[in-house]
Amino acid sequence: MARKILLEKIDIPGIQEYEVYRKNGGYASVEKALKTMTPDDAVEQVKASGMRGRGGAGFPMGMKWSFIDKKSGKPRHLVVNADESEPGTFKDRFLMHHIPHLLIEGAIVSSYALEANLSYIYIRGEYMWIFKILEKAIKEAYANGWLGKNILGTGYDLDLYVHCGAGAYICGEETALIESLEGKRGNPRIKPPFPAVSGLWGEPTVVNNVESISTVSWIINNGGDEYAKIGVGKSTGTKLMSASGHIKNPGVYEIELGLSMEEFFHSDEYCGGMMDDRPLKACIPGGCSVPILPPQYLFKTANGDDRLISYESLADGGFITGSSLGSGGFIVYNDTACIVRNTWNFSRFFHHESCGQCSPCREGTGWMDKILYRIETGQGREEDIDLLWSIQSQIEGNTICPLGDAASWPVAAAIRHFREEFEYHVRFPEKVKDRNHFVNEPMEKVRHLLSGSIASL
Amino acid sequence: MKQTINMSDTLMARINELLSHYPADKKKSAMLPVLHAVQDAHDNWLSLELMDKVAEILEVTPIEVYEVVTFYSMFNQKPIAKYMLEFCRTACCGLRGGENLMDYTCQKLGVKPGEITPDGMFSVVGVECLGACGFGPMLQLGDNYHENLTKEKIDTLLEDCKQGKVNLY
Ligand SMILES: Cc1cc2nc3c(=O)[nH]c(=O)nc-3n(C[C@H](O)[C@H](O)[C@H](O)COP(=O)(O)O)c2cc1C
Ligand code: SF4
Ligand code: FES
Repeated sequence: MARKILLEKIDIPGIQEYEVYRKNGGYASVEKALKTMTPDDAVEQVKASGMRGRGGAGFPMGMKWSFIDKKSGKPRHLVVNADESEPGTFKDRFLMHHIPHLLIEGAIVSSYALEANLSYIYIRGEYMWIFKILEKAIKEAYANGWLGKNILGTGYDLDLYVHCGAGAYICGEETALIESLEGKRGNPRIKPPFPAVSGLWGEPTVVNNVESISTVSWIINNGGDEYAKIGVGKSTGTKLMSASGHIKNPGVYEIELGLSMEEFFHSDEYCGGMMDDRPLKACIPGGCSVPILPPQYLFKTANGDDRLISYESLADGGFITGSSLGSGGFIVYNDTACIVRNTWNFSRFFHHESCGQCSPCREGTGWMDKILYRIETGQGREEDIDLLWSIQSQIEGNTICPLGDAASWPVAAAIRHFREEFEYHVRFPEKVKDRNHFVNEPMEKVRHLLSGSIASL
Repeated sequence: MKQTINMSDTLMARINELLSHYPADKKKSAMLPVLHAVQDAHDNWLSLELMDKVAEILEVTPIEVYEVVTFYSMFNQKPIAKYMLEFCRTACCGLRGGENLMDYTCQKLGVKPGEITPDGMFSVVGVECLGACGFGPMLQLGDNYHENLTKEKIDTLLEDCKQGKVNLY
């Protein structure tokens, strides 16, 4: 059995309840930190752990914490990012649902390290039932003296609340999230200033993902160095993977970073291989924003090394032959899936979710949505494929927040690795009229049709 | 469309509790939670009058509330069906048959996506990924998720709604 940190206690009956959680060692990290460590000691432990933010970007958490402005004397805040809206990702919800106190405990210790006295958990509005679970857990934490004034008689005060969003993917971006928490539209801010200097209400703020904060208690209890021993290289610790699509066992799995892709994919402990034993066509390893990979680059890098689930290995080859660990949203496609349809689906998503502040993103996502729809429904033109390529390349890097990039990368990767599918759609419009075209006739069966006409490209 | 506004004691108590989560001079921060509470207590939609009421409570100008309501997808500016079936239309659910199930439900109810049945009971809408990708296909009804859907499960759910057995919140 693999090493577990976050899901270790998940099967204990009643672990959602405060009493059971406490009996099983819960809140020990709060006692340890508040009674035996200074806030800066706690930051040092997190630094030593090498833990990297689990929200998608993989930025070292200890380093981010050390940027928080403690000198200005302004009030500081921790904001936990529970917006979880990246298609393919459902791990934070799983954690909060099954072991809510782990997040509350982590948020208390983290707030202490940041010397914050007022912190929030920002949860997406659709997770209303989890909002209620967290509200209850927070109430229990107050009732048992883990929150409020003079916690454990140490003189440390902390108020923690859960705040709900109302349906907007962009509010997962940290500055949009802060705007939203201030009661405004979720328009990302121009950085700098970074939230660590000027965040919520202009005050120093750290935003971290649910999974990141839920890990902090283990690091405090066991030491940053112990944490750093788990994993591989600069990918320390464990990671939650959300697995979905055409696999036998969809679900949330905790893996030790560095696990081989082969094992994660095929082992019955994890994905269990392909649903109905159909052929694998493609896989997105880290949520819909990261490049899709064809099978030959999923299990091996371009150099022929085994592909591992780690930040470095998944990025090996850059975006040409690699991808990114992202949020750990692992989406698997068999031969009945249509890559064009999938790309259109994601483009429509980004178009829908663009906040509209910058024209390359606002116009570009709309344009890509329209063109991809046209191609998918058999109304595409030969030149549309190059047009798509050109649009995506002009969005990337030219926007206020990374949503623009996130909208570009999936389109670029799909064209790069699956150009023949786009061509097939354009050349044989009558064959793609039915949206289940590859269910009826997978690409393998129709590829030969393309070979005769490829020269004219 | 006129909306009957009822700022009941229970609702006001909830609003006051929500306001207590933010510094006294940062009332505007309670905007989203307060709008949720108010909308839930008013048949799941927000008329202009109701938004003005929220502006008054939060001590902000009405435009600040309109700006927010129009930005977020969970706020409804028109009356909606009693049972709004929100199907995830994003790719992972699609791989597991989401699109076919949404079509099935539309046909069964005789509506197109976005339309309300003539009796005002049901509507079917497509929404973006709800964080249930491994348990798809799925739909949201009120606060609840219905996952690993099949035609049979949808038949039962619709029947339960008709018999008033389904709680939205
Ligand atoms: C468009 C967009 C959406 C994002 N959505 C989320 C999200 O839902 N959850 C999350 O934790 N981070 C999300 N992020 C990343 C956050 O901006 C931020 O980097 C993260 O919360 C930091 O936490 P971490 O360092 O613990 O990963 C998103 C970023 C972008 C650009
Ligand atoms: S890149 Fe898109 S989502 Fe981000 S700020 Fe610009 S318009 Fe808004
Ligand atoms: S794709 Fe349907 S819940 Fe995520």
